[in-house]
Amino acid sequence: MTVFEIRDALGLVPLHEAEDRPVTGGYAGDLLSWVMGRAQSGDCWITIMSNRNVPAVCSLTDAAMVIFAEDVTPDDAALEAAADNDLNFYRSPLSVFELCAKVASLLS
Amino acid sequence: MSAEPLHVHYDVDGGNFTSAGEASVKVKRLLRQLGCSPETIRRVSIAMYEGEINMVIHANGGDADIYVDDKTIRIVLKDTGPGIKDVEQAMQEGYSTAPDNIRALGFGAGMGLPNMKRYSDTFGIDSVVGQGTTIELGFENR
Repeated sequence: MTVFEIRDALGLVPLHEAEDRPVTGGYAGDLLSWVMGRAQSGDCWITIMSNRNVPAVCSLTDAAMVIFAEDVTPDDAALEAAADNDLNFYRSPLSVFELCAKVASLLS
Repeated sequence: MSAEPLHVHYDVDGGNFTSAGEASVKVKRLLRQLGCSPETIRRVSIAMYEGEINMVIHANGGDADIYVDDKTIRIVLKDTGPGIKDVEQAMQEGYSTAPDNIRALGFGAGMGLPNMKRYSDTFGIDSVVGQGTTIELGFENR
């Protein structure tokens, strides 16, 4: 399963899109150090945190994509940083719980 | 790569959350250019970011020095902040003294020092209350 396949399967709204790449797992959380301690390279990270530290954490953990749940929209600085770092950022009206269930089902 | 370790210095700007993480991103790029493995880059840059954020939150900034040779990467983070009263307690996952405005940004989960230890191969901390904290992280360049 790749980033673009998950995007299409869940009807995600692209906020910034870079290259397609494989998604190998998932992680959900808003506490950034917790995410940095647990998320793996290639993960789909689901969160409602939306400030400019999100792109930094996405880039450093090498997450394949970020989905902002509940239609949360990152601020302009975060979107600029997503562009600078070639990150895949998406938005969805679904809750974190619903997104986790759907992504897990796609990856299994 | 030469036998002499490559040394890079970064000033970490205190109180500036919009630029926090810049040094880590630069280190990530540097290690990529030097041909380090993705897992080494991930471990080093996350640990470095945690250190940078800690210096911004608690110590009004500080100095970060990175030394890279063929086999090892060493990071020295030095600040002249308030120091840590109980290092053992600060090393526990979930223990945090970060203020509410920092928590609202998604930090202050009490995972900074534990993550630095988790991702490094060697971890040293020297902290004196009223004088500051120095952290030394070592990574095998594998």
